[in-house]
Amino acid sequence: MSHESWAPERAAEVIAAHVSLDGATLPILHALQHTFGYVPTDAVPMIAEALNLSRAEVHGVLTFYHDFRREPAGRHVVRLCRAEACQAVGAVAVANHAKARLGIDWHGTTDDGRFTLEPVFCLGLCACGPAALIDGEPVAGLDPAALDLCLEACA
Amino acid sequence: MTRIYIPADAQAVALAADRVAAAFEQRAQGRDVTIVRTGSRGLFWLEPMVEVETKDGRVAYGPVKPGDVGGLLEAGVLEGGPHRLRLGDPAAIPYLARQTRLTFARCGIVDPVSVEDYVAQVGYRGLSQALSIEPVEIVDIVKASGLRGRGGAGFPTGIKWSTVQLAEADQKYIVCNADEGDSGTFADRMLMEGDPFALIEGMTIAGLAVGATKGFIYIRSEYPHAIRTMDRAIATATAAGYLGPSVAQSGRAFTIETRTGAGAYICGEETALLDSLEGKRGMVRAKPPLPAMKGLFGKPTVVNNVLSLATVPWILDHGAQAYADFGMGRSRGTLPFQLAGNVKRGGLIELAFGTTLREVVEEFGGGTRSGRPVRAVQVGGPLGAYFPQNLLDTPLDYEAFAAQKGLLGHGGIVVFDDTVDLAEQARFAFEFCAKESCGKCTPCRIGSTRGVETVDRILAGIEREKNLDVLVDLCEVMTDGSLCAMGGLTPVPVLSALTHFPEDFRRSPARAAAE
Ligand SMILES: Cc1cc2nc3c(=O)[nH]c(=O)nc-3n(C[C@H](O)[C@H](O)[C@H](O)COP(=O)(O)O)c2cc1C
Ligand code: SF4
Ligand code: FES
Repeated sequence: MSHESWAPERAAEVIAAHVSLDGATLPILHALQHTFGYVPTDAVPMIAEALNLSRAEVHGVLTFYHDFRREPAGRHVVRLCRAEACQAVGAVAVANHAKARLGIDWHGTTDDGRFTLEPVFCLGLCACGPAALIDGEPVAGLDPAALDLCLEACA
Repeated sequence: MTRIYIPADAQAVALAADRVAAAFEQRAQGRDVTIVRTGSRGLFWLEPMVEVETKDGRVAYGPVKPGDVGGLLEAGVLEGGPHRLRLGDPAAIPYLARQTRLTFARCGIVDPVSVEDYVAQVGYRGLSQALSIEPVEIVDIVKASGLRGRGGAGFPTGIKWSTVQLAEADQKYIVCNADEGDSGTFADRMLMEGDPFALIEGMTIAGLAVGATKGFIYIRSEYPHAIRTMDRAIATATAAGYLGPSVAQSGRAFTIETRTGAGAYICGEETALLDSLEGKRGMVRAKPPLPAMKGLFGKPTVVNNVLSLATVPWILDHGAQAYADFGMGRSRGTLPFQLAGNVKRGGLIELAFGTTLREVVEEFGGGTRSGRPVRAVQVGGPLGAYFPQNLLDTPLDYEAFAAQKGLLGHGGIVVFDDTVDLAEQARFAFEFCAKESCGKCTPCRIGSTRGVETVDRILAGIEREKNLDVLVDLCEVMTDGSLCAMGGLTPVPVLSALTHFPEDFRRSPARAAAE
């Protein structure tokens, strides 16, 4: 997934596009992350100003939610399910394999910037686990070998 | 022209449904076919399940892999021809035929974003009924149906609506809880991807009943497909005049917007959800005031689960009694159960209350995927109990589950084979609570972390008996002292593990370490 590089003018545009929604904070944070791949610290005062909130309030919201990244992610984001239904069919082994193969822990990004590994608690794909979202695409029935194939398919 | 139905449900897509659709698109070129992307019927071990409209009705094939498509076309699928993947009439597949599909009557059958399809499949009949009667009568019908909230707590929907209806305010809201955070659940997701108009219609009826003109659907970010389908359906319904300033030319307004969650389980709790919708951290609010009195932006608000709302059109169309005729005791109607985990035939199983857990696990599920014996079944998500073999005959009913110190929750049923370690599952319950706690109260915030440490000590064989007592005490403090069910119910999975699988907490540390 390619993202735009940080540019305050672009951020202002994104914020303006959502500012009139009821409860605009989360929509704005999502839109910024969608655009830049993360929510840069420089965006916080801009959001605060647009919504008439304090910086501390915006920072509080930004850090409360697991979804929002404050650093750029790798080119590919692998979100592995860690929840019970996937545990029942080997999710722990898949997670351990992913960490070992990529040489990173949860929330880590590989040195070459290719992969970010994130835990997720259920994707609603629990009938055919272990499941993952790889760059937003759902995959099911993972085992270490199947995960390897998925990773190799990522450029 | 022949219609080919291929699910675009996220679970089917995870099993290559998009590539199957592309293969049909390519290989059927030059033939008179139309590919319709549907939701899923919820027979996931058969996905991608492709259905062909023949002169004798629909014929299903599955599970279809992209590489099967050429062979299927040669075998004459377009005429329903024989093939090793042929399943025949999908509605006659025993897994489906044994169900009572009321809420899920259309899911997997219709084109989810076609309002014409929805109306052709008896959609919007509940709305016309609702428009022909007084708001108070709508509430009375929902009350009489016995419908209880499908999000987990099982609160009577009609009573909640009545409170909002009676509240005086310049603005009221309908908020749909589509945060579906429980592991092992996917019914909300399937419905939003497969029959989104049912939810739109249900919310519209709720709006008419209580006098709300604006609705929000809070969908978890883990569901990108559901968000896309819901947004498309809302746009379609608006263009067709079913949403907007004059719903179905009634002169009464109702609009809906979606909002995306951000990966916080606690935002499924209704007051945390409201804070999140308002743009804040998802902190649980003390009750009272109830959301029905002071909810979104301080206004009277109905907060209901996707399934509660999507069932209302059926009830309005068929009458309260028709719905109440299903079920047992105080659990009326049907619940779409979701069978998942280590099971051969996982899927969506809508049943009247009263079927036993064993029937679902063994007869529908066909036992474990691994082929090993079933050891534990967790019902009701991460805050639900682990049931051992000897409790599998418990009927699926709110009260019967409460009597066994468990809960039905949102209807998730997760099967584990005999390799599961229940002490590890208890540890996970605490870990999950520690991660997802909103942090407002001490028993939950601190207790959960203490719980993880205590289980670790028990497994390491450190002062085991003393720590087992600590564990039980800790559970008591969390149960009694937590503001909401996150902290209050985390002891449920823990204590069920300890009660029914005590041996897992007493293994020798050497073995625990070796595993
Ligand atoms: C920690 C926690 C998580 C919850 N998650 C959900 C959820 O994901 N979806 C849901 O509908 N209800 C959830 N609930 C229940 C809601 O608080 C609320 O009872 C429900 O949305 C009311 O709708 P209903 O009456 O239609 O079930 C959760 C409750 C708690 C305590
Ligand atoms: S029990 Fe936990 S999640 Fe619920 S209000 Fe207290 S701290 Fe927050
Ligand atoms: S538990 Fe993994 S997808 Fe639901």
